[in-house]
Amino acid sequence: MTAPNNTYDEKNYSTLNLGPTHPATHGIFQNVLTMDGEMIVDAVSTVGYIHRAFEKLAEHRPYNQITTITDRLNYCSSPINNMGWHMTVEKLIGAEIPKRAQYMRVIIMELSRIADHIVCDTVIAVDTGAMTGFLHLFQYREWIYEIFEEICGARLTTNIGRIGGMERDFSPKAWAKIDHFMKNFPKGLKEFQALVDRNRIFMDRTINVGPITAEKALNFGFTGPNLRAAGVDYDVRVANPYSSYEDFKFDIPVGTNGDTYDRYSVRMEEMWQSYSIIEQAIKNMPDGAFHADLPEFYLPEKQDVYSKMEALIYHFKIVMGETEVPKGEVYHAVEGGNGELGFYLISDGGRTPFRLHFRRPCFIYYQAYPEMIKGSMLSDAILTMSSMNVIAGELDA
Amino acid sequence: MQTANYKMSELLQIVKDKLEAKFGDALLSAELLYDFPVFILKKEIVKDALIFLKEDTDLNFHFLTTMCGLHQPDETEDKEFGLMYQLHNMPKNYRIRIKTFMLKSDLNMPTISDIYPTAGWMERQEYDFFGFNFIGHKNLSRILNMDEMNYFPMRKEYPLEDLGRNDKSDKMFGR
Repeated sequence: MTAPNNTYDEKNYSTLNLGPTHPATHGIFQNVLTMDGEMIVDAVSTVGYIHRAFEKLAEHRPYNQITTITDRLNYCSSPINNMGWHMTVEKLIGAEIPKRAQYMRVIIMELSRIADHIVCDTVIAVDTGAMTGFLHLFQYREWIYEIFEEICGARLTTNIGRIGGMERDFSPKAWAKIDHFMKNFPKGLKEFQALVDRNRIFMDRTINVGPITAEKALNFGFTGPNLRAAGVDYDVRVANPYSSYEDFKFDIPVGTNGDTYDRYSVRMEEMWQSYSIIEQAIKNMPDGAFHADLPEFYLPEKQDVYSKMEALIYHFKIVMGETEVPKGEVYHAVEGGNGELGFYLISDGGRTPFRLHFRRPCFIYYQAYPEMIKGSMLSDAILTMSSMNVIAGELDA
Repeated sequence: MQTANYKMSELLQIVKDKLEAKFGDALLSAELLYDFPVFILKKEIVKDALIFLKEDTDLNFHFLTTMCGLHQPDETEDKEFGLMYQLHNMPKNYRIRIKTFMLKSDLNMPTISDIYPTAGWMERQEYDFFGFNFIGHKNLSRILNMDEMNYFPMRKEYPLEDLGRNDKSDKMFGR
């Protein structure tokens, strides 16, 4: 990589290596900063430290094995990535998913959005010196992870859901855990907001830190909470509804300045909106099947595999990845924790995708980071990065 | 914000008419693939078409959603490499996809990072994985792979795993 020029304006600047492994960057990011005292004059970012060749890997895996790759994109909200991938394949094969499965997906996606935003917002508070809120709110994130564990058996890399629906219905114990979370979460979030939202130190550290205008944000491909903080009300859930989002009533919070405080506030309000979506989904949960009738893609009941010939054949074909997939080219986007997470899939009818491209919101908006921190203090650059919620897994694919 | 309340086929027709009027037979095909109008253009006019689509007051595709490269060695020679651009007009919620194909011997493409700054890293990524040469890009260097790499890993001829390895046998299940 090229080191920035550090002798312009007839001044002698110092070069500082922020990262790749730095406790304050919350991930593997390297930024070579040119500093004038404590002021950042220039910055060059290097990415790719945890690149795992997901697009290449995906060209060599059957469709149902790609879900585990998507887990590892934005690992703070894996279920959203999983669902996005399932929905992409369902769009390709033209599958109709029962309402109940769609509502179950909405519950899981909104829970993971809350978990994602908890990480981001509490870490902004940690970077301003408020550790208490972080430790307090992580209890609620733990409860969300317990719900995931009850539904799919995993916590972080969930591999939740299947092509065609959900792998199983929510058990009574899972419903009890969801109810427990729903009963306690508002109180916890209110306590956190009381600690942080109007805190003088927090406001002084975040207002007008790392601002970006709406126009610039659009030019740099921002989506999700970071774009909404700049004042653009774009949300994939409203613009191109998927998984029955059109049935739910919710607001899109927007900010004005696109600074760190706005990004924090937009995420905070989105948690309340997600909470309300989950409430509506639980209240209106339709009866019916939790998966579509898709024998070629959806694993049959184990009991049937032992007793029915068709089920055994389909079981074998799915496990060996020999399912027939139509030729086609689809793009499907979901509103991930950080913005529009898109899957561009080309199928040539073979057992693996011909090409799979992930539109990873982090990768696209992180290129604006050097622009955003130029002229600011080093400690503000740390805050700007944590408020953008850059996740190394999604950035580097 | 407006949701998708227009028909995709209408958008396909509007854009097709405008592109045809402006570029004539450089528009090779226009079709609807699932919920996306897809336009295949001749390589030479892609940049002009993107500028035209961005500056058109009605269409105004101001947002580059994503772009990606494509390698299809089994196609005819003039279609071996391809590029895809996805454009978005957020207020009207118009979305289209532009595709173009080229020869392996001529992977030069004018950069669009001057129209869409967000293409800066996207183009670096496609250079890194496929070897497209974006002319006019300010810093066309590898982004996710290491600088010392001397091949383009997303091309189909590069195997997933190092062929020198003999500690793995996957004859039964294939990879």
